[in-house]
Amino acid sequence: MLSHRPFLVEGLTALGLVAAPFILPHLGFAPNTVDQILVWGLFGIGFDILYGYTGLLSFGQSAFYGTGGFVAAYLLTNNLMSSVMLALVIGTIGAAIAGIAVGIVALRRTGIYFAMITVAIAEMFFFLENNPLSAWTGGENGLPGVPTPRFTLGHFSYHVGTGVSMYAFMAVFYFIGIVLALRIVRSPVGAIFSAIRDNPQRARAVGHAVGFYKLTAFVIAAAYAGFAGGLLGVLQGFMPPDAFTFDTSGQLVMQTAIGGGGTLFGPLLGATVWLYLRDFLQTTFHLGAAWKLVLGLVFVLLVCFLRRGLIGGLRDLAGLVAARRQPAIADTGPATDAGAALASVGPSRRRQEQPFSGPVLEARGITKSFGGIIANRNIDFAVEQGELRGIIGPNGAGKSTFFKMLTCEMAPSSGRIIFHGRDITGMNVDAVCQLGLTKSYQVNQLFARLTLRENIVIAALAERRGRFSLDLLRRIDRVPGLDMQVESTLALVGLGGRADVPVARLAYGEKRRLEIALALAASPSLLLLDEPLAGMSPQERAETVQLLKNIRRGRTLVVVEHDMDAVFELAERITVLHEGALLAEGTPGEIQRNSLVQEAYLGGVAAA
Amino acid sequence: MITWPNFVSQLFNGLASGALLALISSGLTIIYGTLGVLNLAHGAMFMLGGYAGYVAYHATGSFTIAVIVGAAFLIVVGGLLELVVVRHFYSRPPEDQLLVTFGIGIVIVELVRLGFGSLSKTVLPPSWAMGVTPMGFLIYPTYRIVVTVIAAAALAVLYLVLYRTRLGMIVRAGIEDSGMVGMLGINVYRVFMVVFGIGAMAAGFAGIINAPVVSLTPDMGDSILVETFVVVVIGGVGSFPGAILGGLISGEILSLTSMIDPAYSEVMLFAVMTLVLMLRPQGLLGMPSRE
Repeated sequence: MLSHRPFLVEGLTALGLVAAPFILPHLGFAPNTVDQILVWGLFGIGFDILYGYTGLLSFGQSAFYGTGGFVAAYLLTNNLMSSVMLALVIGTIGAAIAGIAVGIVALRRTGIYFAMITVAIAEMFFFLENNPLSAWTGGENGLPGVPTPRFTLGHFSYHVGTGVSMYAFMAVFYFIGIVLALRIVRSPVGAIFSAIRDNPQRARAVGHAVGFYKLTAFVIAAAYAGFAGGLLGVLQGFMPPDAFTFDTSGQLVMQTAIGGGGTLFGPLLGATVWLYLRDFLQTTFHLGAAWKLVLGLVFVLLVCFLRRGLIGGLRDLAGLVAARRQPAIADTGPATDAGAALASVGPSRRRQEQPFSGPVLEARGITKSFGGIIANRNIDFAVEQGELRGIIGPNGAGKSTFFKMLTCEMAPSSGRIIFHGRDITGMNVDAVCQLGLTKSYQVNQLFARLTLRENIVIAALAERRGRFSLDLLRRIDRVPGLDMQVESTLALVGLGGRADVPVARLAYGEKRRLEIALALAASPSLLLLDEPLAGMSPQERAETVQLLKNIRRGRTLVVVEHDMDAVFELAERITVLHEGALLAEGTPGEIQRNSLVQEAYLGGVAAA
Repeated sequence: MITWPNFVSQLFNGLASGALLALISSGLTIIYGTLGVLNLAHGAMFMLGGYAGYVAYHATGSFTIAVIVGAAFLIVVGGLLELVVVRHFYSRPPEDQLLVTFGIGIVIVELVRLGFGSLSKTVLPPSWAMGVTPMGFLIYPTYRIVVTVIAAAALAVLYLVLYRTRLGMIVRAGIEDSGMVGMLGINVYRVFMVVFGIGAMAAGFAGIINAPVVSLTPDMGDSILVETFVVVVIGGVGSFPGAILGGLISGEILSLTSMIDPAYSEVMLFAVMTLVLMLRPQGLLGMPSRE
């Protein structure tokens, strides 16, 4: 995490930018190299938001770097515009628009598919620049004669030349770029970016429109790239066509990996190392073209052994030192007296617009078939307001499939699902969660690289801000009511004392409770729990049963569970599924006496 | 001017480059399918194959030996890469795998540049395949025909290995679920090493037989790598038949578009890829859940 002290990072950045031109030349940096580092650093800020924060590794950022650069250079060299600043802004907008178009195509897939598609699309941009558009872009000659900026204020006019004034021009934009990026990563949107990197399915399940957020990150990266491309033209007085090449994208990726992703400053550090080695190895060691071989080897070794880059490595080192000093905080256990906590987390305030009578959730004749196999056959199911319903059934009864259809993770082959009188069949999981229906998973679905508190913040943000909101510059602690909701959720599940521990270091029972807390923090009016007691020790089991008793007040709960004792203790009504169909429904007493149920579980032996 | 002979000869050109692309892409796709690693050094393998063939050709003067030596060299290089580097990345995120194979690609390219310089090198086709062959109403370069036939034969051999041998059965099972294959008592790691070697060899082999058509430069793998991506995205990542279909489609697109206007051939290729992505995101012969 970046420091919590306000403006510390910004202040240090400003200091560093002022000091750099005095220090770096003594280390053997050419002045022009320092300017280039800033351009790469700025280019990399956007890329880091995309890759380091959101987890989307694009090998096609050259497309936007080139687009921004050539749009700005074209406007300036053809005298369509005299203001360099205005041309840079228009170039940035052009790159952002290209980012929207490319993002819509590329983000249809994830992982390596995404990487390949971005490469291919960036190559298309390169070919477009090189041939069909060469009348405007100069083809393989690029656009020479890009002017340097001139600022006029009344009678006073200042012309940015080379040397210090050019450095200052670049440094100011790098500073603005980093300040904006810091705001973005500290905003609610930034938090959701990290959640998407860690577990996109869960980010969707707690109610965030993941696709839109990914596109947002993509467009931010494109805009940064476009601006940096424009600056490249201004810096060199010439817009080179190699801005569009695969090499450019590759260099950006490598620099970010060298410096460390997810840090914002990684790309700057990586560019410093890269360009320094280039100059140093070529001039001092007379390695000539072999410098890139050395660099490639350094890079491979770094990826193998220092997977989080130089900054990540330093941070791990600092973490090791700090961990020795920090005493461990004990787990407080689940709150038994959770009255106060309950009052504030209570079910959704926002969503209960009108009083509603009738069942909260209703499934009408839902059937699911996979090829020839019918997993669920014509199930009718209704849950009343405030009820705690148990669903049981032998293995293979179709409970999981049924549950997935209730939360819209899977669409039924036929039948409807009605929530609060509204047909939700075929809706997106995030939209359904926003209506007040969510679930906790049988296998923990957490945001592994975040702390416990940050995990809950992600879920609470969905409830506070809706599916999608572009509050990029709002500080996350300014989201109204967020803090209280997070604290009371933490208290409710009894994890308050462990709030700042990374999820990876939690015990299994704690992770299980966090899993439930994630669903709770979205303030659902109907909560579906998929085997909440799976894999628990007797002690953890007793605590979780208590927790379920606490959270049921004011909520409607549906629990799928294999632990019969717990179900019969908790539930008011029980639904039994068998071989994909509804077998019985009734109070625990009725179910216990039901001979059909006994037969299903015990194969008819106990019926006698 | 579009004339019948012109059109037919472009159709043949498309077939030749399509068969080559199919061969290279099938290497990429079986590595990905089996190991789950997208090898960004695949373009470098193609280039390395060309240079290995060049060295062997100049040492022996025999094109046939050059092809054999080059292919054997690449299977060794591929196997070693898997053993020394790639193996340690199976449990790491896919992004790290991309980064490390990308880095390996750069190292290989720069090593070749160090050894051979940046200037292009040429390999002559074997004497019996020089010149032109009259084919009814058009005259066609003999070596292009030879390339097509060799590439098709190599694909057929690859098909036989994949679908008719024990190793192939394990590889195809590994594509479905490599964890399960391991649990059945098969040494998956050795299979992985062989698969990486075969995948690299497919690219290297294509590099050698293509060498007489183009001239060799250390950077020649970059653009091939990108075209290979397009091929597997069109055909479906991890699908061997998809790589062949995608390769042939891409070859024809490139060559038929360049008959109308060469400037648009690559652009057209990417446009088709985008279209496939919009209409059938998993690729023509890919399975929906494959990510």
